[in-house]
Amino acid sequence: MLEKALVGSKKYYALVFFLAAIFLVGFFFFLKQLKFGLGITGMSRDVSWGFYVAQFTYLVGVAASAVMVVLPYYLHNYKDYGKLTIFGEFLAIGAVTMCLLFIVVDIGQTHRLFNVLLHPTPHSMLFYDMIVLNGYLLLNLICGWTALHAVYKGTKYPSWVKPFIYLSIPWAFSIHTVTAFLYAGLPGRHFWLTAVMAPRFLASAFCSGPALLLILIYIVKAFTRFDPGEKAIRALAKTITYALLANLFLFGCELFTSFYSGIPGHQFSIKYLFAGLHGHMKLVPWMWTAYALMLVAAVLLVIPQTRNNLGLLPLLCVLVVIGTWIDKGMGLIVGGFVPNPLERITEYMPTFPEVMISVGIYAAGFLIITVLYKIAISVMESRGLI
Amino acid sequence: MVIDTRVCQKYAPCEDCIHACHHLHNVPQIPYKKHEVKWIWKDEFEHAFPDTAHEYANEVLHGREFLLLCNHCEHPPCVRVCPTQATFKREDGIVMMDMHRCIGCRFCMAACPYGSRSFNWRDPRPFIKNPNPRYPTRMKGVVEKCTFCTERLAEGKLPACAEACKHGAIVVGDLADPNSEINKILREHFTLRRKVHLGTGPSVFYII
Ligand code: SF4
Ligand code: SF4
Ligand code: SF4
Repeated sequence: MLEKALVGSKKYYALVFFLAAIFLVGFFFFLKQLKFGLGITGMSRDVSWGFYVAQFTYLVGVAASAVMVVLPYYLHNYKDYGKLTIFGEFLAIGAVTMCLLFIVVDIGQTHRLFNVLLHPTPHSMLFYDMIVLNGYLLLNLICGWTALHAVYKGTKYPSWVKPFIYLSIPWAFSIHTVTAFLYAGLPGRHFWLTAVMAPRFLASAFCSGPALLLILIYIVKAFTRFDPGEKAIRALAKTITYALLANLFLFGCELFTSFYSGIPGHQFSIKYLFAGLHGHMKLVPWMWTAYALMLVAAVLLVIPQTRNNLGLLPLLCVLVVIGTWIDKGMGLIVGGFVPNPLERITEYMPTFPEVMISVGIYAAGFLIITVLYKIAISVMESRGLI
Repeated sequence: MVIDTRVCQKYAPCEDCIHACHHLHNVPQIPYKKHEVKWIWKDEFEHAFPDTAHEYANEVLHGREFLLLCNHCEHPPCVRVCPTQATFKREDGIVMMDMHRCIGCRFCMAACPYGSRSFNWRDPRPFIKNPNPRYPTRMKGVVEKCTFCTERLAEGKLPACAEACKHGAIVVGDLADPNSEINKILREHFTLRRKVHLGTGPSVFYII
């Protein structure tokens, strides 16, 4: 099947080369970072994680969300998702790859990365994160690839993959739960020290991931004959709606606990994010944008007329993706570090090289997704399925 | 370790302990605040004890500066989160760093509730004015912090900060031994520890 990635239209080649070029630009800045050190980024002694870890966190959610199409299809035999599952799994492959790359660029001693394997440490959440992320990548490679291969051969997927498919469902929940536990178990970081962190992570993942999937599907639909069918799109829109509402609800719970209890430590980060603290307010416009976008999207998704308007839907998905991206990325990570443990404030904004390295990683991820989607489309075309 | 903050205030702005430690351990002096590396430093009461400070605190507390360093916690969160055991707790309770194993993930910095840890955001060597050849320098991309002078303890010496203080403000000893000098001091004085409510069990005590 791989040969299908090599032949394509001019537009396909152009996209592949474009993404590859951006990746190389990012790689160039990464070499600069290797030379100078992480001081090339905007991070500091006080805000010691930044844009990279934010992207990592967001993309783990995107990867986990593949389960929102896999689960109905395989567990409930929801046939309308038949064509979508492969795309969901391939999106997950791209997303996990980006996660791993963001970890690689974030650590200070890149070549010592394998110390995590050499000195396995079961009391560290990062140890589990490494296991679940790599495991999830493998599971999706197996499930996605065999499913597509079955289409290629014109058969049903072989029965030996069934256990892997079933395993991939709880596994998807685990990757985002463990990622939430990276933050939720740290004493003294009030903003992260909350039991709803993992549920909130899952809620935001299950709206942002399917929203991104829908956007990609709309793009694929515009350029190929592929069409998942209106029913599938409408069903996915409902998933996005419920998950987005759950996400906003859980945020409301956080607000209640922090402000009704009146404990200052629990309020500082939220105040910093939404109103600024002692005149420091770099993230305020971002956070209001995020919540305005999510609220508007929530209202329009709840109203059946607007949700079922298939022309408007991709736009709503864009609102969801941007809103959750700001909220769960920068808002969550940087918010946890401000104020610092000594209640002093250091602000953070990513630098140009930092953004370019991140853009490079996104390009690599989308390159993988492009090639995988291309193979899937060609296979389906050759079988006369679309 | 017990720090008598009354003594520090009496001789302010003395910083002999800080200079001794930073010189001995080749801690770089980086002027850019965001990239700062420090093992021991001073800060005001409301920043050293943010949960204890209040607006009616007396004058004395207001003017006083507190020495801050790694607390060598009994239940150290930094050790709990480190994925490589590059930071670990020794039998004697000292929380140590293996800077050759550290991958620079900075999980420990997020986990430490006292801001005790520094990361080498860039090559520190150009910022060490007068390097001490008997102690290794670090490379970029690793985390470092106070090591309780394990290298000196091994030779039977006191930690450098305690030795450098001419006024005897810093006393170190074995908390596990009920007859030790340090336990005697703790029995006789009112002391504070930083953020005890987090359950980390800090081993640095402050006489107020
Ligand atoms: S003070 Fe911070 S660095 Fe030191 S042992 Fe405690 S948690 Fe670890
Ligand atoms: S930065 Fe180094 S010492 Fe800190 S948690 Fe990571 S590997 Fe461990
Ligand atoms: S105990 Fe040693 S390493 Fe720690 S602050 Fe004092 S002099 Fe520095």
